Amino acid sequence: MNINKVEEGIFKVLMKASTLLVLASLFLIIYSILRKGLPSLSWAMVTQTPKGGFFLGKGGGILNAIVGSLYLAGGSTILGLFISLPVALYLNIYRTKTSRFANFTRLCLDVLWGIPSIVYGAFGFAIMLLVGLKASLLAGIFTLTLMVIPIMIRAMDEVIMTVPKGLIDASYSLGATRFETSLKVVSKQVLPGILTAILISFGRSIGDAASVLFTSGFTDRIPTSLMQPAANLPLAIFFQLSTPIPEVQDRAYASALVLTLIILIISILSRIATKKFTKHKV
Amino acid sequence: MKKATEIFIPLMTDVCAEGNICVEGLNVHYGDRHALKDINITLPAKKITAIIGPSGCGKTTLLKCFNRLIDSIDGTKVTGKVMLNGEDIFDPHADVINIRKKMGLLSQRPYPLPMSIFDNVAYGPRIHGTRKKSELNQIVEYYLKEASLWDEVKDRLYTPASGLSIGQQQRLCLARGLAVKPEIILGDEPTSALDPISSAHIEEKFVEFKNKYTIVMVTHILRQAIRIADYIIFMYLGEIIEHGPAEQVLEHPKDKRTSDYIKGIIS
Ligand SMILES: Nc1ncnc2c1ncn2[C@@H]1O[C@H](COP(=O)(O)OP(=O)(O)O)[C@@H](O)[C@H]1O
Ligand SMILES: [Mg+2]
Repeated sequence: MNINKVEEGIFKVLMKASTLLVLASLFLIIYSILRKGLPSLSWAMVTQTPKGGFFLGKGGGILNAIVGSLYLAGGSTILGLFISLPVALYLNIYRTKTSRFANFTRLCLDVLWGIPSIVYGAFGFAIMLLVGLKASLLAGIFTLTLMVIPIMIRAMDEVIMTVPKGLIDASYSLGATRFETSLKVVSKQVLPGILTAILISFGRSIGDAASVLFTSGFTDRIPTSLMQPAANLPLAIFFQLSTPIPEVQDRAYASALVLTLIILIISILSRIATKKFTKHKV
Repeated sequence: MKKATEIFIPLMTDVCAEGNICVEGLNVHYGDRHALKDINITLPAKKITAIIGPSGCGKTTLLKCFNRLIDSIDGTKVTGKVMLNGEDIFDPHADVINIRKKMGLLSQRPYPLPMSIFDNVAYGPRIHGTRKKSELNQIVEYYLKEASLWDEVKDRLYTPASGLSIGQQQRLCLARGLAVKPEIILGDEPTSALDPISSAHIEEKFVEFKNKYTIVMVTHILRQAIRIADYIIFMYLGEIIEHGPAEQVLEHPKDKRTSDYIKGIIS
């Protein structure tokens, strides 16, 4: 047997083992959430707001947190998209790839990406105090938007960079402006990448507790305006888990299950959307 | 009847006849690489001019000057003039969009836009203001026929252009370019990625178009140049070494570098 074969064999085993490890930990997480959460997951859990006391109560459900989370994550993702897409296009289309300004911007975004979310929370809180805004859905959305913008921009930036120069030149050679080229050609070409960016941001903002802790507050009601506080799932899980009452703790796992399901649904939807939108890609 | 040599306007005239592309003292630097060195040449209207030369000699760069795609490359410095219909293409006040509208481009490999076949051809007319669906239908049909693609795609106009074969894609790019009503067609080795039959299609189109459009084509296939070109420009290391009517350059080259290239010594 030659040495190359042995080497290859070892690497194959290693790669298989690490893949298995990843899959196993995923299934272990899902299993433990299911085992503890499924028994307490009831129709009432997902259709009612908390009853019989505060949100830690045994009755009612976590609809407040589900709706609050969807509002917060949805709002910040949409707002983030409108800010991020132009920036990502600007970095690539209006600035040449080797532009120092563009690279400096990328560096700043990477630093922002790495800042822990509690810092965004603290920053958002400081701004709120400054402008006299109370803990509310609006403040939560703003803070989360700040947090997801760097993620979105860099995710889009990476895919826009891969657009062939020849494609952009083809559009220019037909007399299109940079704006038309960005909007009609580049955006279409990178649509799957944009969807991925949206998905990552949505996942990040729906799962974040630290940045909304001070900014959106917590309530057992469903907010009816942007100025009202909003609950969210990660904080609900945190509060439920920190009680000494076992039934309430089990409800935390049911909430985690709901959060995981939401993320699963979003992933599947974005897969489907990506398939649908890639048909024109060249 | 005029002899071919007479149509090739002498370099020193200060008037550039309508339709001709007159390059005067053109220099292009990419950073500190001197890619085009003092180019002076007139490309005649409604003829096929082939640019030949070894790779890296500046052929693509020269084409990119004509439609000012050179603008979008970082760190380039361009000096000199390219006159077309009395205007300098590099005039800082020149309308780049208008210049590009006058020139269709076929690149080395086709780049269909990420949209349907119909939308590819309608792309140019739409951005230049044609909105009416009935009008667009006519335009798309007309130019797809011009590019001899209509029969192959008329039943799937609304399917993605990326589904076409590479040869069909190149003809789609031709139709798309023609739809903005250019005067000039620039081809940068437009057949190099194509199979022989698709290449022949494009060549036939060029010959057919020659009375309607001024065609400038870079090619690395000498036989292609012999088949279709009226004039040939031979470039070497950023300079024009020789130019003139096709037979003259190919059969009786004056410069040793030209004859070496033709014999296949330089490639
Ligand atoms: N974007 C660029 N940046 C730097 N140098 C370039 C660039 N494009 C071309 N060059 C250089 O300019 C010269 C001419 O290139 P090009 O016009 O593409 O040649 P050709 O089309 O004849 O093969 C080559 O030496 C090439 O390396
Ligand atoms: Mg080239």
